[in-house]
Formats: sequence, C-alpha cells, structure tokens
Amino acid sequence: MARVLINLPRSAKRGELIEIRTLIQHGMETGYRPGPNGVTQQRDIIRSFTCLFDNEEVFHAELYQAIAANPFITFSMLATASGILAFTWTGDNGFAQTETRALTVT
Amino acid sequence: MKRRALLAATLLAAPALAQASPKLVVIGGGFGGATAARALHRAGLAVTLVEPAAEYIACPFSNAVIAGLRDMDSQRFGLDGLRREGIALARQAATAVDAAARRVTLADGTALAYDRLVMAPGIDLRFDALPGYDAAAAETMPHAWKAGAQTLLLRRQLEAMEDGGLVVVAVPANPYRCPPGPYERASLIAHYLKTRKPRSKLLVLDAKDVFSKQKLFEQGWAALYPGLLEYVPLSGGGKLTEVDAKAGVLVTEFGEHRAAVANVIPPQRAGRIAEAAGVTDRSGWCPVDPVSFESRLQPGIHLIGDAIIAGAMPKSAFAANAQARVCAEAVLALLRGEAPATPKLINTCYSLLAPDYGISVAGVYQPADGLLTDVPGAGGTSPLEAPASQRRAEAGYAEDWFRTVTADAFG
Repeated sequence: MARVLINLPRSAKRGELIEIRTLIQHGMETGYRPGPNGVTQQRDIIRSFTCLFDNEEVFHAELYQAIAANPFITFSMLATASGILAFTWTGDNGFAQTETRALTVT
Repeated sequence: MKRRALLAATLLAAPALAQASPKLVVIGGGFGGATAARALHRAGLAVTLVEPAAEYIACPFSNAVIAGLRDMDSQRFGLDGLRREGIALARQAATAVDAAARRVTLADGTALAYDRLVMAPGIDLRFDALPGYDAAAAETMPHAWKAGAQTLLLRRQLEAMEDGGLVVVAVPANPYRCPPGPYERASLIAHYLKTRKPRSKLLVLDAKDVFSKQKLFEQGWAALYPGLLEYVPLSGGGKLTEVDAKAGVLVTEFGEHRAAVANVIPPQRAGRIAEAAGVTDRSGWCPVDPVSFESRLQPGIHLIGDAIIAGAMPKSAFAANAQARVCAEAVLALLRGEAPATPKLINTCYSLLAPDYGISVAGVYQPADGLLTDVPGAGGTSPLEAPASQRRAEAGYAEDWFRTVTADAFG
C-alpha cells in the first residue's frame, strides 16, 4: 500500500465549487533509467487515476513516464449532493489502490 | 594540501596596473563584500565599500543563538577593521546603479563613480510569495533568516513557550540561503526542547523531498530526538500554502497546524539593490559568468554570494568568501586588459545536530557550460558510520571554520 494524502472540505454548500487535492507516494520509475548495476530498470509507474462520486466518474487522468514521482493531482468538482468519493490509482505490476472519503453537502 | 594550494592560488599576484588608479566600489559588507573589498585593497587599488550597517551580524552559528547555546555578541563583526586597513567606507545604502554611466547612487544622493563594481547584495525575503506571510506576520512568526533582531525574537518565543507546546519550522523550496541551515536549526531547537521543555514537539514542514546532508541529519535525528522531531517532506504534505500569523495557524496542501511557536522561512530573492541595478532575471536571482563573476545582464558589474545563480555551488558564507577571492582576481585581470583565469572554487560547511555533534559537506566547483558545476569525485560529506568522537571533533572544527572564515572576511 502506498501512502496517500487527500484534501477536500468535509462539507460544502449545494452548488459550491470545491477543490480536491490528492497525492500518492510512488517512485514513477520511467523505464529509461539505468540502475546501480548499469542495467535499465523496469518501468513502474501509475498509469491511471480516477475519481468516482457515488459510482459516477467525475475525474480521470492518464499518467505517463514524464510525470514526476509522488503524483500530485488537484481538480475541482461541483458539490450537488452528499455522497462518497472513491479515488483509484492503477499502474504497472498490477498496482491498484482505492481510498474513499465522504462529502456532506448542505 | 590540495585545498590549501587552491585557496592560496587566489591570493597571489599583486599586479602592476596599466591604468593609473582605477576606482573600485563594493556594495554589501557581508562575507562576500568584505572579502572582495579586502582582496582588491590588498592588490593596491582604491576601494570604497558601501554598507549602511556599522557591523555585520553573521548567520552561520546564529541557530546556536536561537537555541540558547551562544551569545549574540559572538555573531557581530564590525567593519572598523576594514576602515583601518585603508578601505573607504560609505555608511549608507546604495539606492541605484547606472551601469551605462558606471555610477552608484547612495541614499543621501551622492554619486560614486567606478571602473568596476562588485555587488554582494545578499538576499531579501519574499513577502509576496506565501499568502498571509508579510513583514508584519514576521513579527509574530519570525523567519530569523537574516541574523539580528529576528534571531533574538525566535529565541525569546522559545524561552516563553510552555513545556508541551508545538514548534513548527517551515522550510522553502530551492534555491534559498544556506541549504542545510533549516535542518541544523531544527536540530538545535530540538536539543533546546529535549533539555528544557521535554514534553514539547517539533514539526519540520518542508516544501521539498530531498535536502543537503539528508541521510546524516535523519540518522542524527533518529538517535538524538526520537518522538520529539517529526519531519514532513513535500510528498508527506509538508508544503505551506498559507499562514494566519495572528491565529498561529500554518496551512499546508493537505492540512493545518496550530503552533505555539512558528518559524517560517519564506522563499527568497537577491537583495533589493540587485533588481534596482538591473542584474536580476525573472527568477529574482543574478545570472553571472562563472569565470569572471561579471553580470550577464550589465557590463562592468560583478556579483558574488547568495544573490547569484551559481549552479551547483550553494548559497553559503564560505562560498561567498571563495567567490569574492576569485572575483577580485578576475577584476584585477580585466583591469590589466587580460582574460581572467578559469577558477576552481571550494565550499565547506558544518552543521550542528547538538552542541557536541557536528557534520560537514565539502564541494569543489569549476565553470562548465556557463555555470559552476561539481568537480566529479571531489568533496563529499561526513561518513554515515562514525563514532561519537568524530561527531564531537567535527563540532569543534565547525568553531574553527567560523573563526577562519570571519577572520578572512572581516580581519
């Protein structure tokens, strides 16, 4: 399990534009870099990030080798109703991790 | 031996100058400016040093003042020694530089003409870079990144804090003055808390993931301050986005902290006169030729010390001192109508993790591709595996380092 940081307001007013910040601690090994033994290291990156709100996709990003280690992704969402946000990162070597947060809309 | 030879090489040569008596002006009486003024004066030139303050308060070792381990008077260096050597002192701020007319204007309106100008403007703190952190906020959340009143303010705040309080040290992204300085400060504050207020906690919030002498610091922290000092890197949510000085709140990208004492080291730029002289680029720092230290933006103006874009060379007192010697030689060569010799420069710097626990880093630099770059295989840091006796010895060497570099700059 990678360490994940998520920042969003605990509650928002209906119709409010909220900012969501995410960071996952991941080395993002490009697959182009030689290791200490001179052999090129195998690629190991996060390839996709998705945010679902009550199972509906609200944000999606594809990631490539040029993205730095510990990808920091921030995006906005219109708060329409209370619900559950699910954040999923998937990547090389079968990497998959999901975190959830509740959002209360008043 | 090699190091000594390199240092000595920059001191040789008292040249016969083609011109009758070229006028040299140096702006800034810190490590860089004072060293440059003395080196040019030793070569027989008429030098005027422009510096409004009567004394310089040194930043190296000021972290020990904050932690109550050292007296502020040990940090003060008067400029009278330079005057006694025959260097003219203009006790005023420089307010403008006209590179075309080769003229410096002082606060009272007087103008100083020069053939070559050396600027050692140091740093200014950027009070526009972090929302909520301006000059007024710094009176509540001191930066203490220019030694003086701010140093003593932070010390008083630590002394006044009740046992059990949360202290926060916030560290900026590169580049900034003294790369290992924030971590030495964190160490010595942790030492103060451990010995005087052991129920307290220290949080280090960093806007980056990698820093100078990192392995040595982290090893020392684990041994000396477990459970007391917590380090939060960029990837752990360590970057500040906003402060509320009145409420004592520091907001990061992923949360907020309420501190009893907050030391906010903000982003920095070259000292104000550099911008007025037109020698800063969009980064706020000064691009220079790494051989002559002449500005890439204004002819006839040389720049040294923390204000310059020095490539791999850090912003440190010792680096400023080394650059000043090389710059003085280059100025002398140019005045003779010769091309300056390609230099090698050295930096060494010590950090204290506790009063009897010192570590060091050294680097050797040479011009390559228009910047100062590391000479591969030269320099290095203290070993990771070392007995307490070595750490104690290095703490002693740090004192010797300070005596040497201050004596060289200020006499």
